[in-house]
Amino acid sequence: MSPTNRTVVVTGIGATTPLGGDAASTWEGLIAGKSGVKPLEQDWAAEQAVRIAAPVAVEPTEVIPRPQARKLDRSAQFALIAAQEAWKDAGFEAKAGETPASAADAAGSVDPDRLGAVIASGIGGVTTLLDQYDVLKEKGVRRVSPHTVPMLMPNSPSANVGLLVGARAGVHTPVSACASGAEAIGYAIEMIRTGRADVVVAGGTEAAIHPLPIAAFGNMMAMSKNNDDPQGASRPYDTARDGFVLGEGAGVIVLESAEHAAKRGARVYAEAVGQGISADGHDIVQPEPEGRGIAHALQNLLERTDLDPAEIVHVNAHATSTPAGDVAELKALRKVFGDEADHFAVSATKSMTGHLLGGAGGVETVATVLALYHRVAPPTINIENLDPEAEAHADIVRGEARKLPVEGRIAALNDSFGFGGHNVVLAFRTV
Amino acid sequence: MAATQKEIVDGLAEIVNEIAGIPVEDVQLDKSFTDDLDVDSLSMVEVVVAAEERFDVKIPDEDVKNLKTVGDATDYILKHQA
Repeated sequence: MSPTNRTVVVTGIGATTPLGGDAASTWEGLIAGKSGVKPLEQDWAAEQAVRIAAPVAVEPTEVIPRPQARKLDRSAQFALIAAQEAWKDAGFEAKAGETPASAADAAGSVDPDRLGAVIASGIGGVTTLLDQYDVLKEKGVRRVSPHTVPMLMPNSPSANVGLLVGARAGVHTPVSACASGAEAIGYAIEMIRTGRADVVVAGGTEAAIHPLPIAAFGNMMAMSKNNDDPQGASRPYDTARDGFVLGEGAGVIVLESAEHAAKRGARVYAEAVGQGISADGHDIVQPEPEGRGIAHALQNLLERTDLDPAEIVHVNAHATSTPAGDVAELKALRKVFGDEADHFAVSATKSMTGHLLGGAGGVETVATVLALYHRVAPPTINIENLDPEAEAHADIVRGEARKLPVEGRIAALNDSFGFGGHNVVLAFRTV
Repeated sequence: MAATQKEIVDGLAEIVNEIAGIPVEDVQLDKSFTDDLDVDSLSMVEVVVAAEERFDVKIPDEDVKNLKTVGDATDYILKHQA
Protein backbone atom coordinates (compact mmCIF):
# COMPACT_ATOMS: atom_id res chain seq x y z
CA MET A 1 0.00 0.00 0.00
CA SER A 2 1.41 3.42 -0.94
CA PRO A 3 2.39 5.69 1.94
CA THR A 4 -0.40 8.11 0.97
CA ASN A 5 -3.17 5.53 0.90
CA ARG A 6 -2.63 3.47 4.00
CA THR A 7 -5.20 1.15 5.55
CA VAL A 8 -6.65 2.46 8.83
CA VAL A 9 -8.07 0.32 11.63
CA VAL A 10 -9.84 0.86 14.96
CA THR A 11 -7.87 -0.53 17.90
CA GLY A 12 -9.47 1.13 20.92
CA ILE A 13 -12.87 2.38 22.02
CA GLY A 14 -14.16 4.45 24.92
CA ALA A 15 -17.37 6.20 25.86
CA THR A 16 -19.30 7.90 28.61
CA THR A 17 -22.96 8.25 27.71
CA PRO A 18 -26.50 8.42 29.10
CA LEU A 19 -26.48 4.60 29.06
CA GLY A 20 -23.21 3.97 30.89
CA GLY A 21 -19.87 5.28 32.09
CA ASP A 22 -17.87 3.22 29.59
CA ALA A 23 -18.17 1.61 26.16
CA ALA A 24 -19.15 -1.84 27.53
CA SER A 25 -22.06 -0.58 29.62
CA THR A 26 -23.17 1.74 26.80
CA TRP A 27 -23.20 -1.19 24.37
CA GLU A 28 -25.11 -3.33 26.89
CA GLY A 29 -27.73 -0.58 27.20
CA LEU A 30 -28.01 -0.17 23.44
CA ILE A 31 -28.52 -3.89 22.83
CA ALA A 32 -31.07 -4.09 25.65
CA GLY A 33 -33.02 -1.18 24.17
CA LYS A 34 -32.70 1.03 27.25
CA SER A 35 -33.57 4.70 27.27
CA GLY A 36 -31.22 7.17 28.96
CA VAL A 37 -33.79 9.99 28.95
CA LYS A 38 -34.94 11.45 32.26
CA PRO A 39 -37.01 14.35 33.55
CA LEU A 40 -34.91 17.46 34.27
CA GLU A 41 -35.08 17.99 38.04
CA GLN A 42 -33.04 21.21 38.21
CA ASP A 43 -34.80 24.35 39.50
CA TRP A 44 -34.30 26.12 36.18
CA ALA A 45 -36.16 23.39 34.32
CA ALA A 46 -39.54 24.29 35.80
CA GLU A 47 -40.13 27.21 33.44
CA GLN A 48 -38.79 25.47 30.31
CA ALA A 49 -41.06 24.14 27.58
CA VAL A 50 -38.67 21.17 27.33
CA ARG A 51 -38.14 19.42 30.68
CA ILE A 52 -36.43 16.19 29.60
CA ALA A 53 -32.87 15.28 28.63
CA ALA A 54 -30.42 12.38 28.63
CA PRO A 55 -27.66 13.14 31.17
CA VAL A 56 -24.58 10.93 31.46
CA ALA A 57 -25.09 7.80 33.58
CA VAL A 58 -21.89 8.43 35.58
CA GLU A 59 -21.03 11.96 36.70
CA PRO A 60 -17.51 12.86 35.48
CA THR A 61 -16.54 14.16 38.91
CA GLU A 62 -16.86 10.57 40.17
CA VAL A 63 -14.01 9.66 37.81
CA ILE A 64 -11.78 12.75 37.51
CA PRO A 65 -10.13 14.12 40.69
CA ARG A 66 -11.67 17.44 41.75
CA PRO A 67 -8.58 19.67 41.33
CA GLN A 68 -8.31 18.52 37.70
CA ALA A 69 -12.05 18.53 37.04
CA ARG A 70 -12.53 22.14 38.14
CA LYS A 71 -10.15 23.31 35.39
CA LEU A 72 -12.08 21.46 32.68
CA ASP A 73 -15.38 22.22 31.01
CA ARG A 74 -17.83 19.35 31.34
CA SER A 75 -17.38 18.56 27.63
CA ALA A 76 -13.62 18.15 28.13
CA GLN A 77 -14.23 15.99 31.22
CA PHE A 78 -16.33 13.60 29.10
CA ALA A 79 -13.71 13.58 26.35
CA LEU A 80 -10.89 12.77 28.77
CA ILE A 81 -12.82 9.91 30.35
CA ALA A 82 -13.66 8.35 26.98
CA ALA A 83 -10.14 8.95 25.62
CA GLN A 84 -8.50 7.40 28.67
CA GLU A 85 -10.66 4.29 28.23
CA ALA A 86 -9.96 4.06 24.48
CA TRP A 87 -6.22 4.60 25.01
CA LYS A 88 -5.99 1.75 27.54
CA ASP A 89 -8.32 -0.41 25.46
CA ALA A 90 -5.90 -0.05 22.53
CA GLY A 91 -3.17 -1.48 24.73
CA PHE A 92 -1.22 1.72 25.36
CA GLU A 93 -0.02 1.75 28.92
CA ALA A 94 1.59 5.15 29.23
CA LYS A 95 1.64 8.56 27.66
CA ALA A 96 3.47 8.53 24.30
CA GLY A 97 7.19 9.11 24.80
CA GLU A 98 7.17 7.68 28.31
CA THR A 99 8.30 4.13 28.96
CA PRO A 100 5.40 1.82 29.77
CA ALA A 101 5.46 0.68 33.38
CA SER A 102 5.33 -3.05 32.68
CA ALA A 103 5.96 -3.88 29.02
CA ALA A 104 9.52 -3.29 27.89
CA ASP A 105 8.63 -4.15 24.29
CA ALA A 106 6.97 -1.87 21.75
CA ALA A 107 3.50 -3.40 22.15
CA GLY A 108 2.17 -0.51 24.16
CA SER A 109 4.02 2.41 22.68
CA VAL A 110 3.86 4.95 19.89
CA ASP A 111 6.25 7.70 18.80
CA PRO A 112 4.67 10.97 20.10
CA ASP A 113 5.63 12.72 16.84
CA ARG A 114 3.45 10.16 15.02
CA LEU A 115 0.47 10.49 17.39
CA GLY A 116 -2.47 12.86 16.88
CA ALA A 117 -5.72 13.83 18.61
CA VAL A 118 -8.90 15.04 16.92
CA ILE A 119 -11.82 15.63 19.28
CA ALA A 120 -14.74 17.87 18.41
CA SER A 121 -17.86 19.28 19.97
CA GLY A 122 -20.70 21.17 18.37
CA ILE A 123 -21.00 24.01 20.86
CA GLY A 124 -17.77 23.96 22.86
CA GLY A 125 -17.53 25.06 26.49
CA VAL A 126 -20.98 26.58 26.61
CA THR A 127 -21.68 25.80 30.27
CA THR A 128 -18.36 27.35 31.33
CA LEU A 129 -19.04 30.45 29.23
CA LEU A 130 -22.52 30.95 30.65
CA ASP A 131 -21.62 30.08 34.24
CA GLN A 132 -18.69 32.51 34.22
CA TYR A 133 -20.91 35.22 32.74
CA ASP A 134 -23.21 34.65 35.72
CA VAL A 135 -20.17 35.03 38.02
CA LEU A 136 -19.21 38.27 36.25
CA LYS A 137 -22.69 39.74 36.66
CA GLU A 138 -23.32 38.53 40.19
CA LYS A 139 -19.86 38.70 41.83
CA GLY A 140 -17.84 41.03 39.62
CA VAL A 141 -14.80 41.06 37.37
CA ARG A 142 -12.29 39.88 39.97
CA ARG A 143 -14.16 36.61 40.56
CA VAL A 144 -14.18 35.42 36.94
CA SER A 145 -12.07 32.25 36.86
CA PRO A 146 -8.60 32.61 35.29
CA HIS A 147 -9.24 29.16 33.80
CA THR A 148 -12.25 30.39 31.80
CA VAL A 149 -10.59 30.73 28.38
CA PRO A 150 -8.72 27.39 28.32
CA MET A 151 -11.96 25.80 29.56
CA LEU A 152 -14.42 27.29 27.08
CA MET A 153 -12.36 27.29 23.88
CA PRO A 154 -13.82 24.73 21.45
CA ASN A 155 -10.43 23.04 21.03
CA SER A 156 -10.15 22.43 24.78
CA PRO A 157 -11.30 18.77 24.65
CA SER A 158 -8.86 17.92 21.83
CA ALA A 159 -6.01 19.86 23.46
CA ASN A 160 -6.58 18.14 26.80
CA VAL A 161 -6.80 14.70 25.19
CA GLY A 162 -3.65 15.51 23.24
CA LEU A 163 -1.88 16.33 26.51
CA LEU A 164 -3.25 13.18 28.14
CA VAL A 165 -1.75 10.85 25.53
CA GLY A 166 1.23 13.00 24.51
CA ALA A 167 0.19 13.75 20.92
CA ARG A 168 2.59 15.84 18.84
CA ALA A 169 1.66 15.00 15.22
CA GLY A 170 -1.25 17.45 15.36
CA VAL A 171 -4.27 18.22 17.52
CA HIS A 172 -7.40 19.33 15.68
CA THR A 173 -11.01 20.36 16.23
CA PRO A 174 -13.28 20.37 13.19
CA VAL A 175 -16.59 22.04 14.04
CA SER A 176 -19.75 21.25 12.08
CA ALA A 177 -22.58 21.26 14.65
CA CYS A 178 -24.02 17.76 15.03
CA ALA A 179 -21.65 16.32 12.44
CA SER A 180 -18.57 17.45 14.44
CA GLY A 181 -17.78 14.12 16.12
CA ALA A 182 -17.97 12.24 12.81
CA GLU A 183 -15.95 14.91 11.03
CA ALA A 184 -13.27 14.56 13.73
CA ILE A 185 -13.05 10.83 13.08
CA GLY A 186 -12.99 11.43 9.33
CA TYR A 187 -10.16 13.93 9.77
CA ALA A 188 -8.26 11.40 11.88
CA ILE A 189 -8.68 8.68 9.26
CA GLU A 190 -7.19 11.06 6.68
CA MET A 191 -4.25 11.92 8.96
CA ILE A 192 -3.31 8.25 9.05
CA ARG A 193 -4.27 7.38 5.47
CA THR A 194 -2.08 10.16 4.08
CA GLY A 195 0.84 9.36 6.37
CA ARG A 196 0.78 12.33 8.77
CA ALA A 197 0.33 10.06 11.79
CA ASP A 198 0.39 6.39 12.79
CA VAL A 199 -2.10 6.64 15.66
CA VAL A 200 -4.86 9.20 16.26
CA VAL A 201 -7.26 9.44 19.20
CA ALA A 202 -10.52 10.77 17.76
CA GLY A 203 -14.13 11.38 18.64
CA GLY A 204 -16.80 13.78 19.75
CA THR A 205 -18.08 15.21 23.00
CA GLU A 206 -20.85 17.50 24.15
CA ALA A 207 -22.16 18.94 27.41
CA ALA A 208 -25.01 21.33 26.69
CA ILE A 209 -27.69 20.43 29.23
CA HIS A 210 -28.00 24.01 30.45
CA PRO A 211 -31.04 26.33 30.47
CA LEU A 212 -29.86 28.51 27.56
CA PRO A 213 -29.28 25.80 24.92
CA ILE A 214 -32.47 24.04 26.04
CA ALA A 215 -34.51 27.25 25.78
CA ALA A 216 -32.93 28.04 22.41
CA PHE A 217 -33.41 24.60 20.84
CA GLY A 218 -36.90 24.53 22.36
CA ASN A 219 -37.80 27.84 20.76
CA MET A 220 -36.55 26.54 17.40
CA MET A 221 -39.20 23.82 17.72
CA ALA A 222 -36.35 21.33 17.28
CA MET A 223 -36.83 19.40 20.54
CA SER A 224 -39.46 16.97 21.76
CA LYS A 225 -41.83 18.46 24.33
CA ASN A 226 -43.09 15.04 25.35
CA ASN A 227 -42.33 15.81 29.01
CA ASP A 228 -44.88 13.31 30.31
CA ASP A 229 -43.12 10.34 28.73
CA PRO A 230 -39.34 10.97 28.93
CA GLN A 231 -38.28 7.45 27.96
CA GLY A 232 -40.65 7.39 25.01
CA ALA A 233 -39.89 10.92 23.79
CA SER A 234 -37.01 10.17 21.39
CA ARG A 235 -38.86 8.24 18.69
CA PRO A 236 -37.13 8.31 15.30
CA TYR A 237 -39.33 7.01 12.43
CA ASP A 238 -42.51 7.05 14.54
CA THR A 239 -45.36 9.01 12.99
CA ALA A 240 -45.68 11.02 16.25
CA ARG A 241 -41.99 12.09 16.44
CA ASP A 242 -41.81 15.73 17.51
CA GLY A 243 -38.11 16.57 17.78
CA PHE A 244 -34.90 15.40 19.39
CA VAL A 245 -34.06 14.88 23.06
CA LEU A 246 -30.81 16.52 24.16
CA GLY A 247 -28.17 14.06 25.37
CA GLU A 248 -24.63 14.55 26.66
CA GLY A 249 -21.42 12.52 26.77
CA ALA A 250 -18.53 11.49 24.57
CA GLY A 251 -17.39 8.67 22.32
CA VAL A 252 -13.73 8.27 21.39
CA ILE A 253 -11.85 5.70 19.32
CA VAL A 254 -8.19 4.98 18.68
CA LEU A 255 -7.42 4.85 14.97
CA GLU A 256 -4.18 3.35 13.78
CA SER A 257 -2.45 2.41 10.56
CA ALA A 258 -2.99 -1.29 9.93
CA GLU A 259 0.77 -1.68 9.70
CA HIS A 260 1.44 -0.03 13.08
CA ALA A 261 -1.31 -2.11 14.71
CA ALA A 262 0.04 -5.34 13.25
CA LYS A 263 3.59 -4.52 14.33
CA ARG A 264 2.57 -4.20 17.97
CA GLY A 265 0.05 -7.06 17.81
CA ALA A 266 -2.93 -4.87 18.68
CA ARG A 267 -6.49 -6.17 18.69
CA VAL A 268 -8.36 -4.76 15.69
CA TYR A 269 -12.10 -4.05 16.06
CA ALA A 270 -12.71 -3.04 12.46
CA GLU A 271 -11.22 -1.33 9.45
CA ALA A 272 -12.06 2.36 9.06
CA VAL A 273 -12.73 2.27 5.33
CA GLY A 274 -13.15 5.99 4.84
CA GLN A 275 -15.60 8.84 4.64
CA GLY A 276 -17.93 10.74 2.37
CA ILE A 277 -18.47 14.44 3.01
CA SER A 278 -20.71 17.04 1.43
CA ALA A 279 -22.64 20.22 2.18
CA ASP A 280 -26.34 20.74 1.44
CA GLY A 281 -26.10 24.34 0.22
CA HIS A 282 -29.78 24.55 1.11
CA ASP A 283 -30.62 26.15 4.48
CA ILE A 284 -28.89 27.04 7.72
CA VAL A 285 -31.01 24.62 9.78
CA GLN A 286 -33.55 22.80 7.58
CA PRO A 287 -32.42 19.53 5.98
CA GLU A 288 -32.78 19.35 2.22
CA PRO A 289 -36.05 17.33 2.06
CA GLU A 290 -35.03 14.86 -0.66
CA GLY A 291 -31.68 14.07 0.93
CA ARG A 292 -29.73 15.41 -2.06
CA GLY A 293 -26.70 16.52 0.01
CA ILE A 294 -26.68 13.25 1.94
CA ALA A 295 -26.78 11.30 -1.32
CA HIS A 296 -23.83 13.37 -2.54
CA ALA A 297 -21.86 12.39 0.58
CA LEU A 298 -22.72 8.72 0.07
CA GLN A 299 -21.62 8.92 -3.58
CA ASN A 300 -18.34 10.52 -2.52
CA LEU A 301 -17.81 7.66 -0.09
CA LEU A 302 -18.29 5.09 -2.86
CA GLU A 303 -16.04 6.98 -5.27
CA ARG A 304 -13.22 7.59 -2.82
CA THR A 305 -13.02 4.16 -1.17
CA ASP A 306 -13.18 0.50 -2.18
CA LEU A 307 -16.33 -0.04 -0.08
CA ASP A 308 -18.49 -2.76 -1.63
CA PRO A 309 -22.22 -1.96 -1.23
CA ALA A 310 -22.95 -5.70 -1.22
CA GLU A 311 -21.09 -5.94 2.11
CA ILE A 312 -23.07 -3.20 3.87
CA VAL A 313 -25.45 -4.79 6.36
CA HIS A 314 -25.98 -2.01 8.90
CA VAL A 315 -26.46 1.73 9.08
CA ASN A 316 -26.28 3.72 12.29
CA ALA A 317 -28.56 6.49 11.08
CA HIS A 318 -28.35 10.13 12.04
CA ALA A 319 -32.15 10.02 12.68
CA THR A 320 -32.69 12.51 15.50
CA SER A 321 -36.47 12.08 15.75
CA THR A 322 -37.35 15.24 13.83
CA PRO A 323 -40.20 15.14 11.31
CA ALA A 324 -38.17 16.21 8.24
CA GLY A 325 -34.65 14.84 8.80
CA ASP A 326 -35.35 11.18 9.53
CA VAL A 327 -36.97 10.41 6.18
CA ALA A 328 -34.62 12.53 4.02
CA GLU A 329 -31.71 10.34 5.14
CA LEU A 330 -33.54 7.12 4.20
CA LYS A 331 -34.46 8.55 0.80
CA ALA A 332 -30.79 9.31 0.17
CA LEU A 333 -29.72 5.78 1.10
CA ARG A 334 -32.29 4.34 -1.28
CA LYS A 335 -31.38 6.77 -4.03
CA VAL A 336 -27.68 5.89 -3.93
CA PHE A 337 -27.82 2.19 -3.15
CA GLY A 338 -31.08 1.13 -4.84
CA ASP A 339 -31.96 -2.50 -4.13
CA GLU A 340 -28.73 -2.97 -2.15
CA ALA A 341 -30.39 -0.91 0.61
CA ASP A 342 -32.73 -3.88 1.20
CA HIS A 343 -29.99 -5.57 3.24
CA PHE A 344 -29.18 -2.52 5.41
CA ALA A 345 -30.40 -3.01 8.98
CA VAL A 346 -31.00 0.64 9.91
CA SER A 347 -30.76 1.61 13.58
CA ALA A 348 -31.43 4.97 15.22
CA THR A 349 -29.57 4.73 18.51
CA LYS A 350 -30.59 8.32 19.41
CA SER A 351 -33.90 6.72 20.40
CA MET A 352 -31.94 5.51 23.47
CA THR A 353 -29.09 7.99 24.01
CA GLY A 354 -30.87 11.15 22.92
CA HIS A 355 -28.99 13.46 20.58
CA LEU A 356 -25.46 14.23 21.78
CA LEU A 357 -24.95 16.95 19.13
CA GLY A 358 -21.18 17.06 18.51
CA GLY A 359 -20.80 13.97 20.69
CA ALA A 360 -23.18 11.93 18.54
CA GLY A 361 -20.68 11.05 15.81
CA GLY A 362 -18.26 9.78 18.45
CA VAL A 363 -20.73 7.68 20.41
CA GLU A 364 -22.40 6.35 17.27
CA THR A 365 -19.06 5.38 15.77
CA VAL A 366 -18.40 3.38 18.93
CA ALA A 367 -21.85 1.77 18.45
CA THR A 368 -21.20 1.09 14.75
CA VAL A 369 -17.80 -0.47 15.36
CA LEU A 370 -19.18 -2.65 18.16
CA ALA A 371 -22.14 -3.67 15.98
CA LEU A 372 -19.67 -5.01 13.41
CA TYR A 373 -17.40 -6.56 16.04
CA HIS A 374 -20.27 -8.38 17.79
CA ARG A 375 -22.30 -8.74 14.58
CA VAL A 376 -25.44 -7.34 16.19
CA ALA A 377 -27.42 -4.23 15.23
CA PRO A 378 -28.91 -2.27 18.13
CA PRO A 379 -32.62 -1.52 17.97
CA THR A 380 -34.57 1.67 17.37
CA ILE A 381 -36.90 1.93 20.36
CA ASN A 382 -40.20 3.78 20.78
CA ILE A 383 -41.62 3.09 17.33
CA GLU A 384 -45.34 2.55 17.95
CA ASN A 385 -46.49 3.57 14.49
CA LEU A 386 -43.75 3.29 11.88
CA ASP A 387 -43.85 6.22 9.46
CA PRO A 388 -44.93 4.67 6.10
CA GLU A 389 -42.39 6.90 4.32
CA ALA A 390 -39.61 5.42 6.45
CA GLU A 391 -40.90 1.89 5.87
CA ALA A 392 -41.02 2.46 2.13
CA HIS A 393 -37.35 3.36 1.93
CA ALA A 394 -35.57 1.23 4.54
CA ASP A 395 -35.50 -1.82 6.77
CA ILE A 396 -35.63 -0.33 10.28
CA VAL A 397 -34.42 -2.45 13.22
CA ARG A 398 -37.46 -2.03 15.47
CA GLY A 399 -37.89 -2.80 19.15
CA GLU A 400 -35.17 -5.43 19.61
CA ALA A 401 -31.57 -5.90 18.55
CA ARG A 402 -31.03 -7.92 15.39
CA LYS A 403 -28.25 -10.38 14.57
CA LEU A 404 -26.09 -9.51 11.58
CA PRO A 405 -24.62 -12.16 9.22
CA VAL A 406 -22.27 -14.37 11.23
CA GLU A 407 -19.89 -15.09 8.36
CA GLY A 408 -18.00 -13.16 5.72
CA ARG A 409 -16.82 -9.60 5.64
CA ILE A 410 -19.54 -7.12 6.60
CA ALA A 411 -19.57 -3.33 6.50
CA ALA A 412 -21.55 -0.58 8.21
CA LEU A 413 -22.14 3.15 7.80
CA ASN A 414 -22.41 5.84 10.44
CA ASP A 415 -24.26 8.95 9.27
CA SER A 416 -23.97 12.36 10.94
CA PHE A 417 -25.45 15.64 9.74
CA GLY A 418 -25.36 19.09 11.27
CA PHE A 419 -27.00 22.50 11.26
CA GLY A 420 -25.33 24.42 8.47
CA GLY A 421 -25.93 21.56 6.04
CA HIS A 422 -22.89 19.42 6.92
CA ASN A 423 -23.08 15.77 5.87
CA VAL A 424 -20.51 13.21 7.04
CA VAL A 425 -20.75 9.48 6.38
CA LEU A 426 -18.15 7.11 7.86
CA ALA A 427 -17.70 3.52 6.69
CA PHE A 428 -16.28 0.61 8.68
CA ARG A 429 -15.94 -3.10 7.92
CA THR A 430 -14.82 -6.28 9.63
CA VAL A 431 -11.26 -7.47 9.13
CA MET B 1 -10.57 42.04 63.55
CA ALA B 2 -7.22 41.15 62.05
CA ALA B 3 -6.35 37.52 61.52
CA THR B 4 -3.38 35.95 63.33
CA GLN B 5 -0.52 34.24 61.51
CA LYS B 6 -1.98 30.84 62.38
CA GLU B 7 -5.43 31.82 61.14
CA ILE B 8 -3.92 33.00 57.86
CA VAL B 9 -1.91 29.80 57.30
CA ASP B 10 -4.98 27.69 58.13
CA GLY B 11 -7.08 29.78 55.75
CA LEU B 12 -4.51 29.49 52.94
CA ALA B 13 -4.34 25.74 53.57
CA GLU B 14 -8.10 25.44 53.06
CA ILE B 15 -7.93 27.53 49.88
CA VAL B 16 -5.02 25.51 48.45
CA ASN B 17 -6.81 22.29 49.36
CA GLU B 18 -9.93 23.45 47.52
CA ILE B 19 -8.04 24.58 44.41
CA ALA B 20 -5.18 22.08 44.09
CA GLY B 21 -6.36 19.18 46.23
CA ILE B 22 -3.27 19.30 48.47
CA PRO B 23 -3.91 18.03 52.05
CA VAL B 24 -4.24 20.97 54.47
CA GLU B 25 -1.44 19.64 56.72
CA ASP B 26 1.03 19.89 53.81
CA VAL B 27 0.48 23.62 53.47
CA GLN B 28 3.33 25.04 55.61
CA LEU B 29 5.09 28.42 55.74
CA ASP B 30 8.16 27.21 53.83
CA LYS B 31 6.22 25.58 50.98
CA SER B 32 6.39 27.05 47.46
CA PHE B 33 3.00 27.38 45.77
CA THR B 34 4.33 26.29 42.35
CA ASP B 35 7.03 23.79 43.30
CA ASP B 36 5.47 22.09 46.33
CA LEU B 37 1.71 22.67 46.22
CA ASP B 38 0.80 22.10 42.56
CA VAL B 39 -0.54 25.64 42.15
CA ASP B 40 0.14 26.77 38.57
CA SER B 41 0.13 30.42 37.49
CA LEU B 42 -3.59 30.48 36.69
CA SER B 43 -4.52 28.68 39.88
CA MET B 44 -2.35 31.17 41.82
CA VAL B 45 -4.73 33.90 40.65
CA GLU B 46 -7.57 31.88 42.16
CA VAL B 47 -5.65 31.51 45.44
CA VAL B 48 -5.06 35.25 45.55
CA VAL B 49 -8.70 36.14 44.85
CA ALA B 50 -9.92 33.70 47.50
CA ALA B 51 -7.39 35.08 50.01
CA GLU B 52 -8.41 38.66 49.27
CA GLU B 53 -12.00 37.83 50.04
CA ARG B 54 -11.26 35.80 53.12
CA PHE B 55 -8.82 38.21 54.76
CA ASP B 56 -10.24 41.50 53.48
CA VAL B 57 -7.03 42.51 51.76
CA LYS B 58 -6.15 43.78 48.29
CA ILE B 59 -3.26 42.02 46.54
CA PRO B 60 -2.43 43.91 43.31
CA ASP B 61 -1.28 41.81 40.32
CA GLU B 62 2.22 43.30 40.49
CA ASP B 63 2.64 42.00 44.07
CA VAL B 64 1.46 38.46 43.26
CA LYS B 65 4.79 37.51 41.65
CA ASN B 66 6.56 38.14 44.97
CA LEU B 67 4.37 35.63 46.82
CA LYS B 68 6.45 32.52 46.17
CA THR B 69 5.81 30.66 49.41
CA VAL B 70 2.98 30.30 51.88
CA GLY B 71 5.18 32.34 54.26
CA ASP B 72 5.43 35.19 51.70
CA ALA B 73 1.66 35.28 51.35
CA THR B 74 1.09 35.09 55.10
CA ASP B 75 3.48 37.99 55.78
CA TYR B 76 1.86 40.05 53.01
CA ILE B 77 -1.62 39.49 54.39
CA LEU B 78 -0.51 40.18 58.01
CA LYS B 79 0.94 43.49 56.86
CA HIS B 80 -1.82 44.63 54.52
CA GLN B 81 -5.06 43.33 56.03
CA ALA B 82 -7.65 45.98 56.86
